[in-house]
Amino acid sequence: MLPGIGTLIQDMLWCFCQMKGTIEFGSTEADIISTVEFNHTGELLATGDKGGRVVIFQREQESKNQVHRRGEYNVYSTFQSHEPEFDYLKSLEIEEKINKIRWLPQQNAAYFLLSTNDKTVKLWKVSERDKRPEGYNLKDEEGRLRDPSTITTLRVPVLRPMDLMVEATPRRVFANAHTYHINSISVNSDYETYMSADDLRINLWNFEITNQSFNIVDIKPANMEELTEVITAAEFHPHHCNTFVYSSSKGTIRLCDMRTSALCDRHTKFFEEPEDPSNRSFFSEIISSISDVKFSHSGRYIMTRDYLTVKVWDLNMENRPIETYQVHDYLRSKLCSLYENDCIFDKFECVWNGSDSVIMTGSYNNFFRMFDRNTKRDVTLEASRENSKPRAILKPRKVCVGGKRRKDEISVDSLDFSKKILHTAWHPSENIIAVAATNNLYIFQDKVN
Amino acid sequence: MAGAAGSVSGPGAAGGDGDDSLYPIAVLIDELRNEDVQLRLNSIKKLSTIALALGVERTRTELLPFLTDTIYDEDEVLLALAEQLGNFTGFVGGPDFAHCLLPPLESLATVEETVVRDKAVESLRHISQEHTPVALEAHFVPLVKRLASGDWFTSRTSACGLFSVCYPRASNAIKAEIRQHFRSLCSDDTPMVRRAAASKLGEFAKVLELESVKSEIVPLFTNLASDEQDSVRLLAVEACVSIAQILTQDDLETLVMPTLRQAAEDKSWRVRYMVADKFSELQKAVGPKITLSDLIPAFQNLLKDCEAEVRAAAAHKVKELCENLPIEGRETIIMNQILPYIKELVSDTNQHVKSALASVIMGLSTILGKENTVEHLLPLFLAQLKDECPEVRLNIISNLDCVNEVIGICQLSQSLLPAIVELAEDAKWRVRLAIIEYMPLLAGQLGVEFFDEKLNSLCMAWLVDHVYAIREAATNNLMKLVQKFGTEWAQNTIVPKVLVMANDPNYLHRMTTLFCINALSEACGQEITTKQMLPIVLKMAGDQVANVRFNVAKSLQKIGPILDTDALQGEVKPVLQKLGQDDDMDVKYFAQEAISVVAQRLRKLDFPDKDSEEPSTPGADKSCFLRPTGPGECAGKFLPRMISRQKETERLGWLPRRQ
Repeated sequence: MLPGIGTLIQDMLWCFCQMKGTIEFGSTEADIISTVEFNHTGELLATGDKGGRVVIFQREQESKNQVHRRGEYNVYSTFQSHEPEFDYLKSLEIEEKINKIRWLPQQNAAYFLLSTNDKTVKLWKVSERDKRPEGYNLKDEEGRLRDPSTITTLRVPVLRPMDLMVEATPRRVFANAHTYHINSISVNSDYETYMSADDLRINLWNFEITNQSFNIVDIKPANMEELTEVITAAEFHPHHCNTFVYSSSKGTIRLCDMRTSALCDRHTKFFEEPEDPSNRSFFSEIISSISDVKFSHSGRYIMTRDYLTVKVWDLNMENRPIETYQVHDYLRSKLCSLYENDCIFDKFECVWNGSDSVIMTGSYNNFFRMFDRNTKRDVTLEASRENSKPRAILKPRKVCVGGKRRKDEISVDSLDFSKKILHTAWHPSENIIAVAATNNLYIFQDKVN
Repeated sequence: MAGAAGSVSGPGAAGGDGDDSLYPIAVLIDELRNEDVQLRLNSIKKLSTIALALGVERTRTELLPFLTDTIYDEDEVLLALAEQLGNFTGFVGGPDFAHCLLPPLESLATVEETVVRDKAVESLRHISQEHTPVALEAHFVPLVKRLASGDWFTSRTSACGLFSVCYPRASNAIKAEIRQHFRSLCSDDTPMVRRAAASKLGEFAKVLELESVKSEIVPLFTNLASDEQDSVRLLAVEACVSIAQILTQDDLETLVMPTLRQAAEDKSWRVRYMVADKFSELQKAVGPKITLSDLIPAFQNLLKDCEAEVRAAAAHKVKELCENLPIEGRETIIMNQILPYIKELVSDTNQHVKSALASVIMGLSTILGKENTVEHLLPLFLAQLKDECPEVRLNIISNLDCVNEVIGICQLSQSLLPAIVELAEDAKWRVRLAIIEYMPLLAGQLGVEFFDEKLNSLCMAWLVDHVYAIREAATNNLMKLVQKFGTEWAQNTIVPKVLVMANDPNYLHRMTTLFCINALSEACGQEITTKQMLPIVLKMAGDQVANVRFNVAKSLQKIGPILDTDALQGEVKPVLQKLGQDDDMDVKYFAQEAISVVAQRLRKLDFPDKDSEEPSTPGADKSCFLRPTGPGECAGKFLPRMISRQKETERLGWLPRRQ
């Protein structure tokens, strides 16, 4: 039996497929991957990095004679999306780091994606060209000028096939609408609009219009000293064009309905879990801050990631999540040192698999976690160079919590907190995952046969 | 490139076999692929020239295939191409060959850029008319079908705009197919296509047989109007206008009105907004009977909608709605069914709603007549004149003329004045700017006496505003006032006050005097300018601030044409010459510029015939340039300003000697 997408995790073996990025030790800061995103068909995979570059990988057509090599992802196009800038009015440097990439639904033979840094969203077109015109009137084939007196007939250029060329062209630049740093962009299901969210505001844009956007959420208090929470992530509902959610640093999620009014400062639903008084500590507020929010593909659930857990909420139940998964609960005792080295502010993202039955999110030491929602089984895997032999099966990893460390276990104290997996992506319909580990991108697939 | 190529052949080869007329065309063709977008654009814009040179045969077989594959280009080039091809039938051999233009336009109709696609569709629509009925079915209809069943939604959206042009001329069998294609696009998977279909629904309905409209369009309309996407539903409102025009009142009532009623109460404010926004069109389309029974109640709801955007859109339509009501019984309907809601809006919580209302409410007075205006509308006007939001007050003030016609302005003037004064002193300079713009209008409405008494001082106060834009607007305002009230008024009220400012300790205010003189001199005429203004300007040439001095030079240049020769020669010229030797670079520069202009004028007046013979006056740059008699006298004049500065001393040293 072929393991399908709904297969239980313990049956599913993940194997190494590819690793992208430099292998040499000591890469530059600019190479650190800052976002990963599959397009709607899964044929393309885009990454953005701190150097403002976007790299797009394309899945190769599966070939009959290489059965075990199932469609590898190879570089399709690389381009510089954002450049470092300086805001002279505010004396602020604007980093080129790509915060988010979102693909647009395909509308013609070209591909379109949105990329954003802290301030500016750009719409890019990635297109192919395989013909080029030939034949000039005033030049010969080598480019030498012809004697104009010898021109007795006119030549119309003809198009000849050439090697495939992939071009990325900026189509729109949506700038000057955000005072604070953009943390999310999300394309609406009406294919006509998208939103961009910063710390305090959410703006709604039309793809065709770059010089105006509508502010739909503004949580900036009149007096900034009264500021108690910020927007950490925002996303549109996958099917309902009028619905979106945004999460806050207080661990709450608000769902807004754009039908009811033009300004969505008042939410329609408010998701919040009552705090457990026994767990209360100095760090409670920091670790409850939501770093990512994602609608399930079905649109029925939302998933949120905070520092220690992933939670799944039913849109119909606001008072508590229906599922809570511990990502690395063993860090609870180490929050003090994580606070000191700033790790506690790391923004981990989370993703659904194609059928919403498994969720994946990252951790430290290049570990990433998967949770099967049906069986409640979970697994810890590692993205590492040591495992990067083709078709090598990923061994589940275990972190030992107190007591005696067994073989194959790693103790909490020896975890490498500089190796963190913040960004991951899951192919929309197959069991292929992309995991960004600092400056390397790992691609894993489930083992077939 | 022409020069380089020419040097290869040498002058002797010019008379060779080469056809001279081909060369420019050859350049145009080559530049279709130039790296410079502008050159490509130029070539595309001269596509007809290229086609003409190639002849119809080669245009069809070579140029068009090339263009069909050129859709990689920049949007502006593609846009120009799409536009050119719409008028290209003549260049491909006339209507018999019009179908040759379809392939390039078809590929343009699939690009992602909406403006290009729309232009391609427009051109296709144009070309469709040039097809014979046979060619239409053989070439155009298949193209529409291809687009309609294309893989990408860009092509399907383009198809939506083409149905209505081929339908009327197609045979019955084809007609059924076209309808079928349109139906499927109305239920397309992507909202983009459904939106395109919804926006073309009305247009398509107009070319359909009435039976088909009822049996096919109405169900499509009903479906689109209940689409899950807000953006589709709101477009159905627009379609409603066209469909309503086609149907009889009875059909309208049963087939369309339920949907329209539903739209007016849609859950999404954007749909309700659309109903409000299209209200006048809807009102005309459904006729007076349904307006009274259905639209008025709907309108009342929109005026008290919970979303401010909707209320504002409805408020905008108040006047049009009232105007379009049947004259008989109009007054009663307005008084009983509309006015109570308007009264509520005057104290709305949202300023956009109030200001939307303020921009149209004055128009009601002509509809309701004097009595009702005084009794019912006037209190509303007065309330809005006192509104906390400046935009509301401005909108009332800007529409004063409507009321003036009906009840005269005196009823309002008592409230008007405080409102104007408050706006004139508003902390936001944009508000002050806006009220200045209305001053000439107000002056006209209120009359010179009222103006002198109450508003004149405001106008003068703006001249010393601390924002330049306000001072600038204030000077322009003075000019318009003088145009309205005449020179005598200017001489008595404005000019003295302006001239007094020439002695102000603040140099910015002294400059304002100059700016006012610039603006007023023409309106005031020669006498006032020479007798009153000129002495002040000349006196200011000795100002200690350089900015004032070079503005003196500029002013003298500006008022020069109004002055007579004596004044120019005797008073202006010496002062300019003195300024021409100023220590300050900029003063020198502008004085120099003024000297040349003034000198030119003097020359024209004094020696109109000798003008072309001797370059007697320095600085008359044009003639010097043509015949450089002196050692490079005027070369500096043609250099960029920064470079010319170095030459300045040289020229100026030479200048007085010549005089």
